[in-house]
Parts: sequence; structure tokens; C-alpha cells
Amino acid sequence: MNCLTFVPTKNGQATKAGLEAVSYAKQCGATVTALVVGELNGDGGAGAAGASKVLHMGDNLQDEGQIARVVAAAADAEGATLVVAPHDHIGRAVAPRVAVRMGAGMVPGVTGLLQGSEVKKNVFSGKAMAHVNIETEKKVVTTTPNAFGVASDGAAASVEAFAADAGEARLTVKGFEASSEDGSVPLPEAVRVVSAGRGLKGPEHWGIVEELAQAMQATKACSRPVSDMGWRPHHEHVGQTGITIRPDLYIAAGISGAIQHLAGVNQSKVIVAINTDPEAPLFKAADYGIVGDAFEVLPKLTAAIETLG
Amino acid sequence: MHFRGIESSVLTYLWGSFDVVIWALEVNHSMTMKFLVCISKAPDTTSRIAFTEGDTQFDANGVQFIVNPYDEWYALVRALELKEQHGGSVTTITVGEADCDPVIRKALAIGADDALRIDANPQDALHTASLIAHHAKQGGYDVVLCGKETIDHNGSVVGGMVAEMLDVAYISLATSLDLDGGKAQAKREASGGLETVEATLPVVVSAAKGMAEQRIPNMRGIMAARTKPLNVVPAEGGVQGTAVSKFELPPAKGDCKMVSADAPEELVRLLREEAKVL
Ligand SMILES: Cc1cc2nc3c(=O)[nH]c(=O)nc-3n(C[C@H](O)[C@H](O)[C@H](O)COP(=O)(O)OP(=O)(O)OC[C@H]3O[C@@H](n4cnc5c(N)ncnc54)[C@H](O)[C@@H]3O)c2cc1C
Ligand SMILES: Nc1ncnc2c1ncn2[C@@H]1O[C@H](COP(=O)(O)O)[C@@H](O)[C@H]1O
Repeated sequence: MNCLTFVPTKNGQATKAGLEAVSYAKQCGATVTALVVGELNGDGGAGAAGASKVLHMGDNLQDEGQIARVVAAAADAEGATLVVAPHDHIGRAVAPRVAVRMGAGMVPGVTGLLQGSEVKKNVFSGKAMAHVNIETEKKVVTTTPNAFGVASDGAAASVEAFAADAGEARLTVKGFEASSEDGSVPLPEAVRVVSAGRGLKGPEHWGIVEELAQAMQATKACSRPVSDMGWRPHHEHVGQTGITIRPDLYIAAGISGAIQHLAGVNQSKVIVAINTDPEAPLFKAADYGIVGDAFEVLPKLTAAIETLG
Repeated sequence: MHFRGIESSVLTYLWGSFDVVIWALEVNHSMTMKFLVCISKAPDTTSRIAFTEGDTQFDANGVQFIVNPYDEWYALVRALELKEQHGGSVTTITVGEADCDPVIRKALAIGADDALRIDANPQDALHTASLIAHHAKQGGYDVVLCGKETIDHNGSVVGGMVAEMLDVAYISLATSLDLDGGKAQAKREASGGLETVEATLPVVVSAAKGMAEQRIPNMRGIMAARTKPLNVVPAEGGVQGTAVSKFELPPAKGDCKMVSADAPEELVRLLREEAKVL
């Protein structure tokens, strides 16, 4: 099976989510060609992750409709029956268009390998999983960020220039505002997350959350009321109506654990709850818990991490 | 190519027709805007999730259905605000059976002018998108809005597929949207921040948090919704690419290991040595 993997890059290097998509395709048993549109240094890291070849189109295309045309053309040129892209912000705009162009059935946000024509994905905001059968010969899947590892044992891949008719641009990017001054990993891709809720009582108390996050090199998150009240920015809101995260470690302080909150965080590998109320529902979803006052526990935890190095 | 129950010649015809851009040419670029908002029904966020028929069907027994939050709070409300600003009309479209009518009435109560229901049980995103696109092509809409994702399928797919079928621009995960002289200006979620983008109309937009504030329907809206048109049309032009073969519930979570509030170093040790996540 030939697979074309769409790999987004940043400063010429493949993004982690992009490399996860490459390693995923390889693990599905495919011969993987990576496609990079835009800036690329060397093979961008795609070879080590499992790609045998990289197709490179240097044009800095911003309209995902154009990128989708290039992806479909590359899939065609490679005789690929499988197209994989990360389920990140770009993949979500590109992959559905590719599926339509190729007449392919598509499964977004997969969490398991493609076995035959079947693949697993989370549904009902992580409260259940579905086994989905792709009934078309050509298939498109997007991989959930941080659900699959990145292999590093592959050889450097050869890079070939690729050209295709991308059509006209109907969307242009005019600017970018970074949301995190501290340059932390964006929430959907974060490996460690420190989150806090209404139990913190006010935005002026977030210093202890920030310090723990910094000590752990974690990304900060919050519950919905906290962002609704303007204590924290919207992009930190996790849950059913916020961002869905899948870190290795999720630490939640002063968050009760409402079902809508859990829906966005229950795919975390390890959950730690810190709450004054031993009956808080979050303890039922957590792996480790501390019954205690966040104002005392968080600084102590920060100190413990700093001393242990 | 093989789609269940659909001959490939029919399919080729359908794919071919997506390239027809008459839709784009018919669009009215005056300041009166035609909005189409994709409204889906979803189980209430507190619903117990269970399955029947050998874990192949969602068990809707006792489940309260709501308008998918992204569709209601952000896509619909922003369409109404833009209509108030520019004039025009807001039509909702839903692929679903008669059990969707209560959530469609809610969208009308919030302020949509009229509603269209395509009478089909949606099979997958491709199916839903092809039915929506089939209608939208004839409608001459300037802006098609949908939600960031449905809280049951968690796809984030339908909007992009509709955009491709209509051969128009797609702004995905938008957190703001404004219209100005045949162009849409938006902010959208990007890695580590927000991108400002501009797209030519017609456009498909998927709405994420930040785009608008939730509106609670008032009594007048609820009364008016009873007599607003809810047109039901048979499904035409639908194709399907995937089918769920089985649902599964996640394994039960083990016990929570409690650590004393005075011994945070013990928690750090456990996270490092036992859980191996630090
Ligand atoms: C349709 C819908 C969608 C929703 N979507 C989301 C969503 O996406 N994300 C989300 O988070 N919520 C969502 N909600 C809201 C959700 O139902 C809860 O209201 C919300 O998660 C509660 O936030 P919280 O835990 O911060 O606050 P609370 O429920 O008020 O909990 C505060 C907790 O802090 C504890 N506490 C108090 N003082 C301290 C202290 N000093 N130290 C430690 N602990 C302390 C308390 O014991 C309590 O458990 C949604 C609701 C609806 C209806
Ligand atoms: N059955 C449906 N009828 C109308 N619109 C839908 C339907 N399913 C999904 N949508 C729209 O498409 C968006 C994305 O859905 P999904 O790709 O399933 O996550 C939703 O937020 C809705 O706006």
C-alpha cells in the first residue's frame, strides 16, 4: 500500500503532529511518501520518522483549497490509496477537501492503526470509541495529535521537487498573533498540562499555576467558567466545548470535574486531581489525587519538582 | 471506487458536478447577504452514553437532544449578528429525520428566518456534506456557516467537504468573522495563536469559541418560531464513504491513588517512577 502523508512544517522542520502522521502511516504497513508544501530544510525529519521519500513543493500556499489540490495530485502521482494528515488546524482544513477530490471515505482524528479498512476513533467527546469501516478504495485519515509516537530509526529520505496546478488562491493570511508569550507548546499538542478552575478564586492567583507549569515545562489550561469570566484567555479553555487535549500528564487544581470538563481531558494518560473536596467528581477520573488547598499544594509541588531537578 | 449502494457512474457524475462553478457566479455581491447555517442535533452534554443492537447503534433512550453547541452558540448567532449589520436572511439547514424538528425550532426561536431539513438519516460526513452541498449550490448563499465540530462525531469535517464540493474558500476554526465588500475577514485558530485571514465570497466558515456570545431565545422568538417555515425536502445527491461497524466504551478507570497534601514529593516520585510521565 502506498501512502501519501501531508506533513506541515515550521521553519523548514516537520511539526511533531506531522511526524506522528508519517510514523502512523508507516506502522499501518504503508510505503510512505511525505508531501511538504512551503519551506523545507533537508528532509525535514520525515525520513527518520518513516518516510521513504519526500515530495517538496516550495510555493508558500496559504489557501488550504490549493494545498488540497496539491495533496490529491501527489497522491495520484504516487499511486497512493491512503492519505494521512495530522488532525491539527491545517489538517482539518486540508483533509476533508482531499477526501472529496479523491472520492475517498474519510475518518478524522483516528486513535488506532488502519487494519484492513477499519480504524478506531473517539466519539462522544471521548466518552466512547467507534470502529469505522472505510468503504471506498481510496482512504483518508487524520491522526489525533499526541496519540501516536514518532519513530526515529528511519534513514534520511530523498527529496524530490514536486509541481502541480494549485488553482487560484481565495484565502490569504494577513497576520498572526501568538497566544502564549512564553512560547509553550500549544494545548492540542502538549505533553504536560497544568490546569486550574474556579477553586483558584480569581485571576490574581494564577501565579502559582504559572510557576508549576513552568517548573514542569507544561502548558496552562483552565475550566470553562474561568475563561467565560475573563480570568483566563479563551484558548486555555479545555472541555467538551473547548479544546480537547491528550497529554501524558494532566494536573487539575480547583476543578470539580463536571462531565463537560472531563469530556475534553479524559484521554490524558495520567490525571492528577487537587481539590479541597474529597467528593469532587474529578477524583473518580483521576489516577492520583491530593485532598488539599491548591494555594498550599501547588507551591509545594513546584518546590518538590525544582529540588528533584 | 466503491460506494455502498451507489453505482460508480452516478458517483462520477456527482463528483463531476462539484466542479461546476455556476453557484459561485450566481452569488449576489450586494450588501444583502444570504446566510446558510448548518445545524445538527447532538445528545445533551450530560447524557449517559450507551449502545444497543450489539453495540452498533447509539442508545437514544431517555437522551435529551440539543442543538450542537458550536452550531448554536457561535455559527448561528454570528450569522444573525451579520444579518443585523448587513441585511439579508439566515436559513438553517439540517440533514436528519423528523426527530430533529425540535432543535430546528430552537434555532428558529433564536432568530433564523427559515429552516430546511433534508430528510435523511446522516450516514457519515461525506453523506451529510454532499446533501448540504447539493442544496447550497442552488441557493446562492454568500456565507455558509457550520460549527467547529459535532460533539457526538467529533469530526470537524463537514464544512471542509462542503467547501470543496462548492469549490469555494473555507475558513476553518474561525474565532471571529466580518464581511466587507465581497470579502470575509476572520481570525482562526492556528498553532500557538490566531491567524488573521481574508477570503473571497462565497465562503464556508467553521465557527469556534470566541465568534459570538450565546443567545437565549425569548418568548416572542419562541412564539414566532412556531409559524416560521420549516421546509422538509427529500434527500438528493447523497454519497457515503464510511460506516461505523461497532461502538465501544472506554475501559473502566482504576482507583485514584491518594497522596497526602503534606507530601508533594511523594506525588512527584510516583509520577516519575510509577506513571513515568515526568
Ligand atoms: C453545554 C455545556 C458545555 C460545557 N462545556 C464545558 C467545557 O468545555 N469545559 C468546562 O470546563 N466546563 C464546561 N461546562 C461547565 C461545567 O458544567 C462546569 O460548570 C465547569 O466545568 C465547572 O468549572 P470549575 O470546576 O472550575 O468550577 P466549580 O464546579 O465551581 O469547581 C470548583 C472546585 O474547586 C474546588 N476548590 C475550591 N477551593 C479550592 C481550593 N482552595 N483548593 C482546591 N480546590 C478548591 C471546589 O471543591 C470545587 O470542586 C459546560 C457546561 C454546559 C452546560
Ligand atoms: N446532520 C447535519 N446536518 C446539518 N449540519 C451538520 C450535520 N452534521 C454536521 N453538520 C455541521 O457540520 C459541522 C461539523 O460537523 P462534523 O464534521 O460532524 O464534526 C457541525 O458543527 C454542523 O454545523
